[in-house]
Amino acid sequence: MHRVRVMPHNWIHNSDPRIREKLMHQIGIESIEELFSDIPEKFRLKRDLAVGYGRYLSEYEMYRIAMEFRSKISKPRIPPFAGVEVCYHYVPAIVKEIIRRSEFYTAYTPYQPEINQGILQALFEYQSLMAELYGVDVVNASMYDGSTALAEAIRMALRVTKRKHIVIASSVSPIKRKVITTWLRGLDVRISYIGWNEHGEIDVDRLKDFLSDETAALVVETPNVFGVVERRLEEIAQIVHSKRALLIAFSNPLSLGVIKPPGECGADIVVGEGQPLGLGLYYGGTTLGILGTRRDPELIRQLPGKLVGITLSIQNCELGYALVLQTREQHIRRERATSNITTNSALMAIAVAVYLSWIGGDGLKKLSLSIGARTRYLIERLSSVKGLHAPLFDKAVYFMKVPARFEALDCETVIKRMRERGILCCSHLGRYDGELWNIGLFCVTEVHSRRDIDLLVKELSEVMS
Amino acid sequence: MQRWRQARWYEPLIFEYPSLPQSHVPIPYREEFQQLERNFVEQLKSAGIYRENVPIPNLSELVVVRHFTRLSQQSYGVDVGPMPLGSCTMKYNPKICNEILESLEIEDLHPEDLEDYVQGLLEILYLLEKWLAEITGMDRCSFQVPAGAAGELAGALIIRAYHADRGEHRDEMLIPDSAHGSNPASAAMAGFKVIKIPTSSDGTVDIDALRAALSKRTAGLMLTNPNTLGIFEDRIEEIAELIHEVGGLLYYDGANLNGILGIARPGDMGFDIVHINLHKTFGAPHGGGGPGGAAICVKHHLIDYLPRPLLIFDGKRYYWDFKCDKCIGVIRAYYGNIPALIRSFVYIAMLGPKGLREVGEISVLNTNYFISKFTRNQNEIVLTHDISRPRKHEVVLSAYRVKALKGVNAEDIAKRMLDYGAHAPMIYFPLIVDEALMVEFTETEPYFEIDRYVDILLRILKESEAEASKLKEAPSNTSIRRLDMVRANHPKKLILSYRGFKKEYEELLRELRMRCEESR
Repeated sequence: MHRVRVMPHNWIHNSDPRIREKLMHQIGIESIEELFSDIPEKFRLKRDLAVGYGRYLSEYEMYRIAMEFRSKISKPRIPPFAGVEVCYHYVPAIVKEIIRRSEFYTAYTPYQPEINQGILQALFEYQSLMAELYGVDVVNASMYDGSTALAEAIRMALRVTKRKHIVIASSVSPIKRKVITTWLRGLDVRISYIGWNEHGEIDVDRLKDFLSDETAALVVETPNVFGVVERRLEEIAQIVHSKRALLIAFSNPLSLGVIKPPGECGADIVVGEGQPLGLGLYYGGTTLGILGTRRDPELIRQLPGKLVGITLSIQNCELGYALVLQTREQHIRRERATSNITTNSALMAIAVAVYLSWIGGDGLKKLSLSIGARTRYLIERLSSVKGLHAPLFDKAVYFMKVPARFEALDCETVIKRMRERGILCCSHLGRYDGELWNIGLFCVTEVHSRRDIDLLVKELSEVMS
Repeated sequence: MQRWRQARWYEPLIFEYPSLPQSHVPIPYREEFQQLERNFVEQLKSAGIYRENVPIPNLSELVVVRHFTRLSQQSYGVDVGPMPLGSCTMKYNPKICNEILESLEIEDLHPEDLEDYVQGLLEILYLLEKWLAEITGMDRCSFQVPAGAAGELAGALIIRAYHADRGEHRDEMLIPDSAHGSNPASAAMAGFKVIKIPTSSDGTVDIDALRAALSKRTAGLMLTNPNTLGIFEDRIEEIAELIHEVGGLLYYDGANLNGILGIARPGDMGFDIVHINLHKTFGAPHGGGGPGGAAICVKHHLIDYLPRPLLIFDGKRYYWDFKCDKCIGVIRAYYGNIPALIRSFVYIAMLGPKGLREVGEISVLNTNYFISKFTRNQNEIVLTHDISRPRKHEVVLSAYRVKALKGVNAEDIAKRMLDYGAHAPMIYFPLIVDEALMVEFTETEPYFEIDRYVDILLRILKESEAEASKLKEAPSNTSIRRLDMVRANHPKKLILSYRGFKKEYEELLRELRMRCEESR
């Protein structure tokens, strides 16, 4: 029988040959192969897998290899101005410090509450902080990201209302719209899209025509893909409710530092992307889906994801945290569960709880104000660039993003040439939705100084001329 | 026997700390734009959407650090002690993986940056895809799925698209009754009717029942192998043939890949689609419930259906291909859980083929060592189904006997384990075993920890004779004692946030005060 040679490794204590022998002796086997005797011979590998670098690497050797990859990553010389779903925001040192504590990051889902009060309390605080921010009563302990959370919010509305029609604003970002379409496959559901008016906002006067008695929900994003704030959200909520449908509102959490939250404007289900709150970019890989609703037993029952509650200990007098309402979830309800979600983004939720606790409500307000101010500055400067029609909508209220039509030179070419000058100048919305060809999106955050913005505009003017 | 007592802080909610009237965190470059803030406020006020304040406390940095540090002390991870939770593969997360991730300096790398400037990162992802395909015996992978369950959903959607493409209406997904709950949940989300296939008395899928369930409506079968009992489905070739004969597809739930890593490959056994849990098999951290990381890999005939974009290498450069003719669409924004992917890359790079094989072998050796030591020294917690069938990296034991004899159940045993500083195994799963205890040590657990785990279990069984109250009232050495889960879930007493359930929270505090006074 072919015997593939193995070698002990520092991460595998029992791989030491003497220990191996000892364990095999206890079990009563002569060779490890005996433990795999029930795997048909033809399926048992008789060769080394063609992976890795052919041998064990020391940490230092791995580091040298990593540095070669690092040398083939070249970042822009000022922070990027791109961002359809995520933009660059600063990650405070305190967030990194706390989520690097291994009691947190090497833990499992806290199904045994007594030994995990720390994680559970942190998650309860996340739920509570988000509830305050979004103006709702219940926020779950996290989804994967904003786009999938929005898809799940729609599925939730379909279940609650038992209706089969969804209206989505076309001003919801094209990336999210694609994800929604994917997650609604397999469901008997009809989707309509309502466009935007000359202000870049939903045409409230025409909204009624889009809704019927079969409509489960209207889905809006505010600020929307263009950075435009829906000023008439309360009116929209009223119209939606008059048809006994639900309003699902997706909002950037930073916008809620200065803008009335959707929960207080009548939204039934609120959704968001938590990345701006201290998660970093990591090439789009560090995200957090925010999903919440108001205090209605019907809605709570259909809410997917984990929920942390508070209770008392049985014996003595202690207050404790625990996962509750698990009968909604896959491990108990299986095919009748509200969702298949199991592993979510718990550690990111803890990171966000740390971020919000650190910056405080007043700090978040100042941050949001400053971003709003910067948005105005960016609009002012961009409007002076020849060949660029910025902002796309004159009379809109913008937060963090500025949409612009590229007229003199096409958007893709400008992005390429600007990148050659060391600046990632914007996103091209046309990449994700053909209808938005040559519409670029500029994202400005707290990381951009006046000098950064001025440099962007200077280089842009040169490229466009 | 080692004594243990978990840290205990009566740590208030962050909202209960005395808030400062203002936050003193400096906002970057704020002064440069302060004038324009006024204009912005006016805009919002005139639109009637200005928010006066955000009701979140303002605290100094040290207060926040202490709060969360104390919370971390009341948590338990693999770095603290063993966590032999079956099917979770709670293995050691090598610290070098975190270091290498940080050394790449991608915290500020934007997903929309042009490919030419991020070739180094794309090369890592390309290599990882190649390696994962090789490890599983598949052809191409997508990393867009953020976790295993999302992988299962994507797999179910791929199966759906495949059949629709052939003009076939297939709406039934076959799933064993031992499967992880996410399997039927995912299949149902993709619009399938779930047909449950029973497990036979020997612990493997009941092939006769499977045969009977097959029809022209069969879209596919979702299997875990080794299954959730830790038993290898040795008739997998026959099963694959049966499914393929009726035109169905075979899906592999990769949660148990650790048990055959480097030893056998699902692709060789006939699986068409595989999902991999990076936070299980490839050492990425679990994070207390995520974020995890996953990949979905397929054979050639299904590549067209993978979510887009796919990573392409044209001989000169790496780039994302968004073209989607038949693809199922987009599972999430952007490309995947990059940190988990990079950590997995480092894990595989440093172990190489021999290391991965070592992982597979020792994970199985460790669990069998545990089985041998434990079952030879008592007969109250027992193997089920065909006990002569070897187990791989995990084992399911039943406490039905000790429940019948002494009235202590799996939960009592689990709670008492916590008192010894050992995390309990998975309990009450799989559903097909009464009073189930599902144990998986992984390859990284030292033999003396396994010895200790056995000793703890034996001691608890002894306690259950004369000192059963120790189990019933456990845990008592953890931060907090056993919680009233009935009260926790009671519709009138539910507290899901500080903001939305103030009355219920005050009622709870009142009850707490009363109880504390009574106990004096």
